[in-house]
Amino acid sequence: MSTKNRIGVVIGAVLILVWCLLPVAWIISLSFKSQEAITTGSPGFLPRDGGGAGWQNYSDVIADDQFRRAIFNSIGISLIATLLSVIIATLAAYAIARLEFKGKKFVLTTALIIAMFPVVALVGPLFDMWRTFGIYDTWLGLIIPYMSFTLPLAIWTLSAFFREIPWEMEQAAQVDGATSWQAFRKVIVPLAAPGVFTAAILTFFFAWNDFVFGISLTSTEAARPIPAALSFFVGNDPFNRPASLLAAGAVVSTIPIIVIVLLFQRKIVAGLTSGAVKG
Amino acid sequence: MAAITMKNIVKRYGDGFPAVNDVSIDVQDGEFMILVGPSGCGKSTLLRMIVGLEDITDGDMLIGDKRVNDLAPRERNLAMVFQNYALYPHLTVYENIAFPLRLAGAKDEEVDQKVREASKTLELDEHLERKPGNLSGGQRQRVAMGRAIVRDADAFLFDEPLSNLDAKLRGQMRTEISRLQKRLGITTVYVTHDQTEAMTLGDRVAVMKRGILQQLASPRELYENPGNLFVAGFIGSPPMNFLPAEVDGTTVKLPFGEVQIPEEKAARARGKGLLIAGIRPEHFEDASVVDPSKQGSTFRAKVDVVEWLGNEAYAYIPFEAPPEVQKQLAQLEKDLDGESLRTQLVISLDGASRISEGDDAEIWVDTSKMHLFDPSTGENLTVDESRAGRIPERENPEAAAQAERMADEGDEIHSADPAAQE
Repeated sequence: MSTKNRIGVVIGAVLILVWCLLPVAWIISLSFKSQEAITTGSPGFLPRDGGGAGWQNYSDVIADDQFRRAIFNSIGISLIATLLSVIIATLAAYAIARLEFKGKKFVLTTALIIAMFPVVALVGPLFDMWRTFGIYDTWLGLIIPYMSFTLPLAIWTLSAFFREIPWEMEQAAQVDGATSWQAFRKVIVPLAAPGVFTAAILTFFFAWNDFVFGISLTSTEAARPIPAALSFFVGNDPFNRPASLLAAGAVVSTIPIIVIVLLFQRKIVAGLTSGAVKG
Repeated sequence: MAAITMKNIVKRYGDGFPAVNDVSIDVQDGEFMILVGPSGCGKSTLLRMIVGLEDITDGDMLIGDKRVNDLAPRERNLAMVFQNYALYPHLTVYENIAFPLRLAGAKDEEVDQKVREASKTLELDEHLERKPGNLSGGQRQRVAMGRAIVRDADAFLFDEPLSNLDAKLRGQMRTEISRLQKRLGITTVYVTHDQTEAMTLGDRVAVMKRGILQQLASPRELYENPGNLFVAGFIGSPPMNFLPAEVDGTTVKLPFGEVQIPEEKAARARGKGLLIAGIRPEHFEDASVVDPSKQGSTFRAKVDVVEWLGNEAYAYIPFEAPPEVQKQLAQLEKDLDGESLRTQLVISLDGASRISEGDDAEIWVDTSKMHLFDPSTGENLTVDESRAGRIPERENPEAAAQAERMADEGDEIHSADPAAQE
């Protein structure tokens, strides 16, 4: 690569980074300003003299019972939904990639159609149904829609992954004396691990970031997840929303996501299958 | 260890395509059997039916005395080396080799002892802790073999194990496999499309075409007594020369002149009109370097191209063939996965020969080794049946004809649906 090219790449990367990270940086900046400084107008990126709040906003947010409860709800609901979704998707995707059965196309198209359905269109019916079933405002009431909306993506991702794994791997395992289940567990699942973790991350994102279900299918802090909780976070004066506190809350609520991504990313080792077959 | 017996095995796919058609092969205990043929001849399918990865449509598959048609692969106790090796990339070489033992629930000490033994045999000791991704092609191939020999399997099955290696390594691994098989004395079925591997490795070779067994014989028998045009063209490199010929008395009229053949050969081919004569390149020679006392005929021809290789030289002499012979030869080339180019004679000359390009040379031919084929059926009229192994077409012409018809139907299915080719 010539120097000219390299400079171009660096400039491009910086532009994209600024474009993507500026809002995030601004949220972080806001979260360190005091409420007064924001109300009176504080356009600078760094807090002006006396306008800084230090860690006060963060300790306030964390001290807040509602907020802690919402974080707990979000983590619990998202993790359970992710786990269930990935397990079901793994089994389904394996069947789709490997077995010939009637209705295979049907399953795949149905999955795609579900993914195309606008979430908002389902909120009304779900609200009614969940109240009748008695799972309105419960974890289960959120886990079910999260699962059903993330399954299609997970199934498609994973079945693509399974298709990449050479048939011979399982056949070799079977000839070596494995049952179909052993071949799946000892050979296929380890090989598909990057795919499984990719699907898990995507599912977790969806569940964590969801707002529409979170706000419509909950009414109390029993199950309200963090995005919905943030919108209810009005403070003392309903006409004057505590922007700095909200900013701090938003920053805190992104931390679990970052942790999860870092954890899973290590598992997504690309090219794990290289060396299985020739080349 | 056990014999493998295939009785009238048929494999028909869902779309009706017959991949394997009425094939009967008996592999004796400890024998090295080769299944060979051009791509799409059903050899791999047959192997996969032995191991149980492919359902058997009809016929009986016996390992030892047990019918295994309905047994799962793991119940057949066979070991297989796949074409792409199919190593488990997430496991070390050690664990790859140990995999079958672990599945069988062997104790750690036993696993360790057997894995070390196998790795010593295959010289994999220094690679045991590496992952397959970091190994070279030849090393991967040896790991795949290690995984096969570590168990006490009844038979080894190889599916084109050397086709992914470069030429030099292929030669080395070939002798390695041969040595290993001789030492272990285990029944082996080996699939290849390479006639050199077939000739060098096999105790016996089964030549297949379009799902039909053409001939089952030792390499020498196949080479000296091919049952039909296909086998004759497939076995040998450079391949056998095919020339239009007419027999009159003991005289054979070839494009280059007339030669004499022994009476017993002539008698079988007399009165059949236009035939195809098959002569191997080494049965020709530069007349000037041949001992005059040797039996044979000579003719003169203009040499087009000479390829000198040191120990020998190949001379090429183009000739014209009548349309019906040309058609048959073109079809043969197609069956052999080749392309029909010009009809030419390939002659293997002694390294001492001074014939050069453009010469009008005197060529000697050993006519006692000549074969004569019927152009319409491809059948070898001069075959010595007592030394040609098994030729199913001769044992039971009706069944063979029936199988041919089914193969034709299969071709129609596939030509109608190009997507099914794969």
